Amino acid sequence: MAKKTYALPNITTPATPVIFNPEICNGCNHCVEVCQVDVYIPNPEKGKPPVILHPDECWYCGCCVNDCPRPGSIAFNWPVQQRAYWKDKATGKVLRDSQ
Amino acid sequence: MTRWHDFIEKDGRPPAWPYPIHYDKEQEIDTDVLIIGGGIAGCWAAISAARKGVRVTLVEKGDTVRSGAGGPGCDHWCNAPANPLSNVDPDEWAQHMTEPPYSNGIGTQIQCREDWDTLLEMEQMGGKIRDTKDEYVGAKGRDEKTKLMISPRYTKVHSYIPGMQKPVTLKSNPEGKLNNVVIRVWGSTFKPVLKRECKRLGVKIFDRVMVTSLLTEKGVQGARVIGATGFNNRTGEFMVFKSKAAVLATAGDWSLFLMNTELAGYNFFRSRTTTGDGAAMAWRAGAALTVMERNGVLMLGTGFKHTWYGGAGDASYENVPIVDANGKRLPWPTQGWEDAGAMRPTPENMEKIIKGIQSGEYALPFYGDFPGMPEVERRATWKLMLGEESTTRNITESYEKGGFDPAKHLLQNYSFIEGNSPAQWRTAGGGGPVVDWDLKSTLDGLYVAGEQTFSAGDHSYAAATGRYAGRKAADYSQQVGKAEISKDQVTLEKARIYAPVRRTDGIDWKELHAGIARAMQYFCSEYKTEHLLKMGLDALKEIEEVFVPRLYVLDPHKLMRGIEDLSLLAHGQAIINASLARKASSRMLNFLRIDYPKVDPPDWHKFVTVQMENNKVKVGEMPLDYWGDMKANYEARNKDYAGVYQGK
Repeated sequence: MAKKTYALPNITTPATPVIFNPEICNGCNHCVEVCQVDVYIPNPEKGKPPVILHPDECWYCGCCVNDCPRPGSIAFNWPVQQRAYWKDKATGKVLRDSQ
Repeated sequence: MTRWHDFIEKDGRPPAWPYPIHYDKEQEIDTDVLIIGGGIAGCWAAISAARKGVRVTLVEKGDTVRSGAGGPGCDHWCNAPANPLSNVDPDEWAQHMTEPPYSNGIGTQIQCREDWDTLLEMEQMGGKIRDTKDEYVGAKGRDEKTKLMISPRYTKVHSYIPGMQKPVTLKSNPEGKLNNVVIRVWGSTFKPVLKRECKRLGVKIFDRVMVTSLLTEKGVQGARVIGATGFNNRTGEFMVFKSKAAVLATAGDWSLFLMNTELAGYNFFRSRTTTGDGAAMAWRAGAALTVMERNGVLMLGTGFKHTWYGGAGDASYENVPIVDANGKRLPWPTQGWEDAGAMRPTPENMEKIIKGIQSGEYALPFYGDFPGMPEVERRATWKLMLGEESTTRNITESYEKGGFDPAKHLLQNYSFIEGNSPAQWRTAGGGGPVVDWDLKSTLDGLYVAGEQTFSAGDHSYAAATGRYAGRKAADYSQQVGKAEISKDQVTLEKARIYAPVRRTDGIDWKELHAGIARAMQYFCSEYKTEHLLKMGLDALKEIEEVFVPRLYVLDPHKLMRGIEDLSLLAHGQAIINASLARKASSRMLNFLRIDYPKVDPPDWHKFVTVQMENNKVKVGEMPLDYWGDMKANYEARNKDYAGVYQGK
């Protein structure tokens, strides 16, 4: 528990409309460019995934994910209250998007 | 480390602003035709103007490659009666589409005559409009010869409005044949292609620049438009654009009545950037606006609801049967072949459904029965329609990743269980500048295209009217000389824009937006009276005088959001003034006045206009068919129309 505790305001909700995979993402910042509302800024460290600066402004249009030149770098992460339900037609079991 | 607070925890400080700050710099750009807004309408306007050989500059708040409502994609090319598979006459179709009062006959006539040519030009540029890979052989509506795919949408029923959803028969439509006016397209390919073509034609593109005001001759309200001001929303640099003609191709205003400070980008059907900037700047420049009093009902995407293209009907899309929790089919239309394209249940069916829920006949929740569909239709709906529609591709893909398989799973529908939006949560109703047969506003030098022309915001309408306004603006720019920009006008605008940067304390853009939205909810929503509307004007005035001078921002991005609030404020003022001017209720305008309860009385069957003259509001009116004979006037104004582009 060595992590320093800062006096921070509440984190914007939702804070993570997308999740980056730093293993695949090479920080090309294409998503920064295609974003309609400038949710992201480039990471100060070159080659790293962008910083989600304005997650509260995301309207989930999907351009960043759809246009990513390295698939798998970036995935949608729907806020909990927006997760979908469906039902298996054969068994009747109700399922949920619980990725 | 991709979240802001990660940096605090790791480095003890936030990341530095990644772009240079240039609040003190100014750039001047000289052009023939200035396009304001780089969405679908703006890109098409830029391309058609550039093809006329004039210098074109395009200014866009986001990045033109994917910006605008049609940026992510588009699955339907609506109202294309001139396509080779159509069974109706384009002029008769245009006439029919203009039958509901307060629609725009000029824009609709242009769309019906020219949007098929526009789509062919899209194909020339590299957009995909046909099933060339034979992925959907056997799907209903697919034509083997042309490989075009006709959509079931609006095949007979065209209205969303309860009580008006009757099948329509046109004289030109042979009996027993569908109209075939809506085409399925692969619209996710469109926007990057449009930007590429703009660049190829030498259009100067300024991305991440918000236009804030129109410049007029001698700085006079109501005079010819000779340019615009703007600023870069990453660097803060000020921009002055000098032009001979300008095309206003901005979006409507979708967030005036609602602000959720947590999900600020997700309050409504469209992105946060649709704040009515265009109508607001036209209003301030003295252009006449119309249909401003119309209200939209916000049933989609409030951020408090489930999301699926906004959340109203979820699985109730093309050809997907809606069933109850026990698998019983509901009398809910599917916008499909079976129900001739109807989207909402008729009032009678809605009553049946509600009574059925209460009596236990229909068990909640409801589901979209994807597995019950024929395989090729299921694929056409899931992969083509939802896969290519503006914001839904990422939804289908993430559902699949979460394990959803449309062949096996019923997709839950959220109707009823998520409740309805309160009536005070509305949208502005798509009013905008009055236009003539050149799509020119009442101001010389100012043309208008797309959603801003008090009309529907559909993709093909934006494309066709953008293409049309671009060529008319180019023609005009070749006839007029340059004009001198008023230095005073620029200085005043600069002071207005940068005031929030200079403050170190006060209120931020979210609070200001929420305050404006609340005033609109209280005073200009379901319950309208002269007294309430006047209180609304006073409330906005108070916000303007007391709270706007407290607005402060931290960086150029938040400056953009703050200036958007000022657009909302001006938009709200125009709406309340128009609401005061209409002293009657109207069903088509979703406009009910308690003090004038008579609905659509014949003497109020007219457009109401509002405009600013010497900073005072002037009210006017126009007949509902002010455009005259649509076919004759279109033809008279377009004798030189050359059809599909033949140049390089």
